[in-house]
Amino acid sequence: MTKYIIVGSSAAAIGAVESIRQADKDGKIVVVSNEPHPLYSRPLITYLLAGQIDESKMSYRDPEFYRKYNVEEVLGKEVVAIHPEDKKVVLNDGAALPYQKLLLATGGRPIVPQVEGKDLAGVFTFTTLDDARKVGEFIKKNEVRSAVVVGGGLIGLKTAEALIARGIKVTIVELADRILSATFDRKASEIVEMALREKGCELITNNTVWKVTGRGGVKKVELQGGVEVDCQLVIFAIGVTPNTELAKCAGIEVRKGILVDERMQTNLPDIYAAGDVVEAYDMITSTTRQIAIWPNAHVQGSIAGFNMAGKTEKYDGSFAMNTVEICGVPTISVGLTDPQEKGYEVLEHYDEAQRAYKKIVLKDDVIVGAIFVNKIDRAGVFRGLIKNKTNVRLFKDVLLRDDFGLVWLPEMFRKHMVMGEGTEV
Amino acid sequence: MKKIRIREQYCMGCRLCEIYCAVQHSKSKDLVKAYRGEYPKPVPRILVEEKDYLSFAIQCRHCDDAPCIRACITGAMRRDPKTGAVLCDEDKCVGCWMCIMMCPFGVIGRGREKKVISKCDMCIGAEEPACVKHCPNEALVLEDE
Repeated sequence: MTKYIIVGSSAAAIGAVESIRQADKDGKIVVVSNEPHPLYSRPLITYLLAGQIDESKMSYRDPEFYRKYNVEEVLGKEVVAIHPEDKKVVLNDGAALPYQKLLLATGGRPIVPQVEGKDLAGVFTFTTLDDARKVGEFIKKNEVRSAVVVGGGLIGLKTAEALIARGIKVTIVELADRILSATFDRKASEIVEMALREKGCELITNNTVWKVTGRGGVKKVELQGGVEVDCQLVIFAIGVTPNTELAKCAGIEVRKGILVDERMQTNLPDIYAAGDVVEAYDMITSTTRQIAIWPNAHVQGSIAGFNMAGKTEKYDGSFAMNTVEICGVPTISVGLTDPQEKGYEVLEHYDEAQRAYKKIVLKDDVIVGAIFVNKIDRAGVFRGLIKNKTNVRLFKDVLLRDDFGLVWLPEMFRKHMVMGEGTEV
Repeated sequence: MKKIRIREQYCMGCRLCEIYCAVQHSKSKDLVKAYRGEYPKPVPRILVEEKDYLSFAIQCRHCDDAPCIRACITGAMRRDPKTGAVLCDEDKCVGCWMCIMMCPFGVIGRGREKKVISKCDMCIGAEEPACVKHCPNEALVLEDE
């Protein structure tokens, strides 16, 4: 009977459990998580903070998931070492667990800038359920009225939105000249910035916090150029770094993230990795890089799981994509949205009245990126065209139409999509 | 499982499927009441695409390997163990729109009333999906896979 150990308990781990059990009904699966909580969905913590959901909605599988899948949970324990030669992992309580197949799904952790005052009460990062609870309690206890969120990326903005929903005055401080600069172009950033400002949120760009001051608790942050912002709460959301230390110490090849092959196996036999901690193939840039997003994590975990259970499944790669709704503005961005180099063609349309923006980026008649703001319906069709590298030369002129859909695709492709696989054309 | 097969060569573009889908998912389940008395107006979970003489109605394909289920951050999107249909638990959905981004068919929409997604549920519980039942030319048929 094979024994599987999975380190981590989020999307990649769940993907792995689900596929291991498809291929191996009896093998023993142990999931080790350094968090004391049963299965929960990390992206939901901002919804929890906003009061949109309560903790009972945090689980993203049946609460009995691990029991049903016959998985042993080891919660609140850290794996401190891997001994590949003995095929064992060692926990922080000294216990050594033997494995036959090991999956590292250790994810990432927030980066805390080394600024003065970062340890003051009222300074937090925001990526785990514990963070959400602590921030929630801190707000209540201290009747927080104003907060500074450092970082205008996805986590920063969703956290800012949640704080705004709780009636807190929020200032976002972003190092770049606009928010969401990693996934959006200027126009899309501007639309979201407008919505934030209309909700009373202050935005400070091209700047960063260099000092947090206060006695006992936070009173204000100091920015470059002598700017000061009074606040009782500071959230650092400047980015996440992969948890690769464990892998490195075990002799696993690591660049920024853990390196894996198409089967999600590391350079060491029987040790696999998946999720935010790995570097995997990016179909658009044709490079191996980290794309820390939920759907990738689940797919990679699933591929790893099948291979761990003796099947052969290959990961065909992915690309950057994200969806976020901020202050009532839904957005989707996929692939390369703002290329600076030559050789790209851009189709775009902005509807001022509805603040609806649609942008398609093409290279050699193949779509490589897209942005949708306010009108996101059917964005998935474009993601599909990117993934399939469909040549759109013959219907390029209709891509921006509101009613663009499968009906415009070349006949063979359309029939395959609409009438189902194996349909004669 | 049973799946709805699209036969584009028979579709006339009459859009009755859209209307009956909306009615089926309305509060009153009555055509006149749903369109005259309900606000917001019921929204169909099926879509007729049309270009020149070609048209077809498309709704969730209930994929075997469904990218929307994999991408769902809440677990709201799941496979119904009995029927194999891909269903969304509206009590769990928070409207993150991840599934809208993932669906290559573009058949998951945003709900109008609540901040949750809106998609085909195969009219679970009914004898036959409303779109199939009311298609006058068998452009939509229910088949065993």
